[in-house]
Amino acid sequence: MSSTAPWISDWDGDGLDTDEMVVNMGPQHPATHGVLRLELRTDGEVVRAARPHIGYLHRCFEKHAENVDYPGVLPYADRMDYVAAMGNTLGFALTVEKLLGIEPSPYVQTLRVLMAELQRIASHAVAVGTYTMDIGAFTPFLHLLRDREKILDLFEWTCGARLLYNYNWVGGVSHDLPDGFLRATRDMLSEFDSVTFPELLDLIIHNRIFVKRIAGVGVCPRELAIAYDLSGPNLRGSGLAYDLRKDEPYSGYQGYEFEVCVGTGQYGPVGSCFDRNWVRVAEMRESSKIVHQALDRLEKMEKADVHEKVPKRVKPPKGEVYCRSEAPRGQLGYYLVSDGNVNPYRLKVKSPCFTAMSVFHNLAKGMMIADVIALIGSLDIVLGEIDR
Amino acid sequence: MDATYRILVSLVPDVAGWPAWAVAVLCAALPALACFTFMSLGPIGYVYAERKISAFMQDRLGPMRVGPYGVLQTIADTVKLLFKEAIFPRGVDRRLFVAAPLLVSVGAFLPLVVIPWGGRLQPADLNVGVFYVIAVSSISTVGLIMAGWASNNKYALFGAMRSAAQIVSYEIPALMIILVPVLIVGSLSLQDLTLAQAGGLHHWFLFRYFPLMPVAFLVFFTAGLAETNRAPFDIPEAESELVAGFHTEYSGFFFSLFFLAEYTEMFVLSAVASVLFLGGYLAPIPALQQLGPVPLGWFWLLFKAWALVFVMMWLRWTLPRSRVDQLMHIAWKVLLPISLGLVAVVGGLVLWPATRGGFPWDRWVGWPITLAVAGFLLVTMLRALHWDARRERELARGARGAVAVSRVSR
Amino acid sequence: MDAPAIHGALAAAFGDRITGADLAAVSPFAIVEPLAIAEVAAFCKADPALAFDNLMCLSGVDYPKETPPRMEVVYHLFSYRHRHTFALKVQLPRESPAVPSVEGVWAVANWHEREAWDLFGIAFTGHSDLRRILLPDDWEGHPLRKDWQDPEYYNGMHVKPTQQMQERALGGEPIGVGPFDFTPANRSQEEP
Repeated sequence: MSSTAPWISDWDGDGLDTDEMVVNMGPQHPATHGVLRLELRTDGEVVRAARPHIGYLHRCFEKHAENVDYPGVLPYADRMDYVAAMGNTLGFALTVEKLLGIEPSPYVQTLRVLMAELQRIASHAVAVGTYTMDIGAFTPFLHLLRDREKILDLFEWTCGARLLYNYNWVGGVSHDLPDGFLRATRDMLSEFDSVTFPELLDLIIHNRIFVKRIAGVGVCPRELAIAYDLSGPNLRGSGLAYDLRKDEPYSGYQGYEFEVCVGTGQYGPVGSCFDRNWVRVAEMRESSKIVHQALDRLEKMEKADVHEKVPKRVKPPKGEVYCRSEAPRGQLGYYLVSDGNVNPYRLKVKSPCFTAMSVFHNLAKGMMIADVIALIGSLDIVLGEIDR
Repeated sequence: MDATYRILVSLVPDVAGWPAWAVAVLCAALPALACFTFMSLGPIGYVYAERKISAFMQDRLGPMRVGPYGVLQTIADTVKLLFKEAIFPRGVDRRLFVAAPLLVSVGAFLPLVVIPWGGRLQPADLNVGVFYVIAVSSISTVGLIMAGWASNNKYALFGAMRSAAQIVSYEIPALMIILVPVLIVGSLSLQDLTLAQAGGLHHWFLFRYFPLMPVAFLVFFTAGLAETNRAPFDIPEAESELVAGFHTEYSGFFFSLFFLAEYTEMFVLSAVASVLFLGGYLAPIPALQQLGPVPLGWFWLLFKAWALVFVMMWLRWTLPRSRVDQLMHIAWKVLLPISLGLVAVVGGLVLWPATRGGFPWDRWVGWPITLAVAGFLLVTMLRALHWDARRERELARGARGAVAVSRVSR
Repeated sequence: MDAPAIHGALAAAFGDRITGADLAAVSPFAIVEPLAIAEVAAFCKADPALAFDNLMCLSGVDYPKETPPRMEVVYHLFSYRHRHTFALKVQLPRESPAVPSVEGVWAVANWHEREAWDLFGIAFTGHSDLRRILLPDDWEGHPLRKDWQDPEYYNGMHVKPTQQMQERALGGEPIGVGPFDFTPANRSQEEP
């Protein structure tokens, strides 16, 4: 097998052909959420072993980061998880600020929270929408994207970009809110809260066919989730109520009231694909609550200069720091080593999807091919973040 | 056929002098050709309707540019498909590759011959009408498997195998349910089945023996959905899993044949369901059967069939897809016992009437047997479901226990 | 537990195999002898007071200009039970760096170590499947090292197109044909 088809791994290293079929999903495939190659060794429909191959979207982010200055890293950082770009720049800005020892004003912090939570709603909309589309229901995807378009319009109004914003700068943000933004956001959210979200629950989340497809599939027990460093909705879906916004708050999150959504195994064992998906669905509602609170605060606050604490030249002292934040896909960690120059010396990104993908081979054993699709979608991976 | 002969003779009197076999062939071919022509125009409308319906359900507009409100979209798509290169990938079995879409189309169009559009408006009134429909629609299954095999593609093979298993499994409940109206009427001919529902809305089979016949209709509709590979049973063409299932490797004209066949099969299923349960070409109120001298039977059948086609499209865009083994579960453990039970019970209701005098067969023999059979089927179904639930619980427990990682600290 | 207490526990258990620490840094760390890292990792996870059940990040860093020139592998640890963090560092020589793998302690280290091998060339002994993860399987070299030079060709493709194409163009070599003729000499009369 390995001599005639060198791109197919020799699974046991003995060079012999077996009766099992090696099915290749990807790199181009409608349901793998990016360029991901899954090599599945199947016995009929049942997967015996799985091997993901990543690296098709590797764009040398960490090498670039060593060759540009700190503000110049931000556009690169956006492009890692391109579906939830606000979280990437927020994480990096927090890291550098930690090393510099500066803290932005409450106004800037509220803006950051507002944008991060709007981004979370948009990102989860994509995640849940594409997931239901993978399972076969095409309509919720379009309903969710309709609301995501409104959020992207708000972003475009604020900073000029729909998807990759370069919004969170070291020490501040790039643009202040335009006039009328608060009204427009409230209108959009009221429609989301009253129409889209209840429809989503009615139409698909509690639909019996959907539940039967994913409620017993891909069960990741809590110990396995911690061992493989699953984080964010993946970890909370396995029952562990750990959210960085509550447990190690940053950027003023301690002042907001929201709940940590946890998978409770309402239709099957805890930690199934349904639970992970459910955490994302519920988090959309919690993020909407946070946005309402942020809007209320912004109405009462007087406008401050968003560039007030942005240093003219970002030159952190020599040292290193590891700072993590709660991105929509999990804990995004930045390990920054500075040697006192204007360029970072070493910037390592721990992307949540990277570790989520690493558990795939463990969970995929014994499932059917249709369930592999359900599993990939429930882990909510974005290849830009895995490969950087 | 004789109606055709009469019309032909009145138009062209010379026909009476032709040899018998020529006249027979002509009188058989003309209605079939007419039916085929009209029915093949159908998919043009169905594809447009599907795109518009799905668009409105998804809060968007659908085709709007090609022609006013996009009505010419399907024609443009058809022209495009005809001009596309018919690609033959390396390694395909050419004869099977070409024959497969032809078989599928043939299997889709053949049943149309016996659909009654009116009192005499039927290309062929076979006295085994329903049996014929079931038999020829199975030809498509062979075509599907051929398509998957000949494509030299693992994914296509997967799709073909799944499809074959699905269609074969769902045919059995469908057949059983078809037996129910046949039992009531005592004839396999579609014309007889329609005429037995004459007299208005309340005579339609759907509204008799309530609630048995509505359940039968639902079972038949579900089984038919699975046979035409429509969602929620569209695993064989599961777009997000197998790209396009058994017709992955087809392009151009052959792909359009598959497309045509799918929409025609949808219509055939809807028409047969209308004939069996919804009164066929009969109007809901007998007064509406004729508009002056013009018979409206064809309109009523079209209306009912199109309503069912709309329901199929509605379901496709609402429901997610069932997994293959869940599909099989529904067919064998839910639909089959229900359909067998229905045959037993309705058959009992029909065939065991109370006798005028003498021994009341129905009370002491007929009904106990019927109820025993139905009860046995119900118990079997419940046991199967219970076994399923237990197995799922065990699998979930096994998945949790199989992980050998150290216990997390609390 | 705070950083000095954690460092104290490690020093008590391993003595002089903990060769250094910086507890006043923004992210405090302790430096561990390379060959002892697997044991230290297992201790960190198993000890009930430390209970570091989560490896947050495993990074390689290249310090060619420090004295002595070294490569480091940094392990950032977190405990879900006690909610404290700590970092461990291992310092390796820059030529054929090798360190025992901690895959047996934290399963996520499998992929992190593959990435460190891929981008730095740090060999993790005892790793079950040490092969490239982000770069193509036939890539040569380890790019995140500070002394990395881009190769000229990869599988016959130019790696630095701008410079090479410029050299070819200035040398008179034609670029493109017909309406796509972008040879600098032919393009000067075109529209701006």
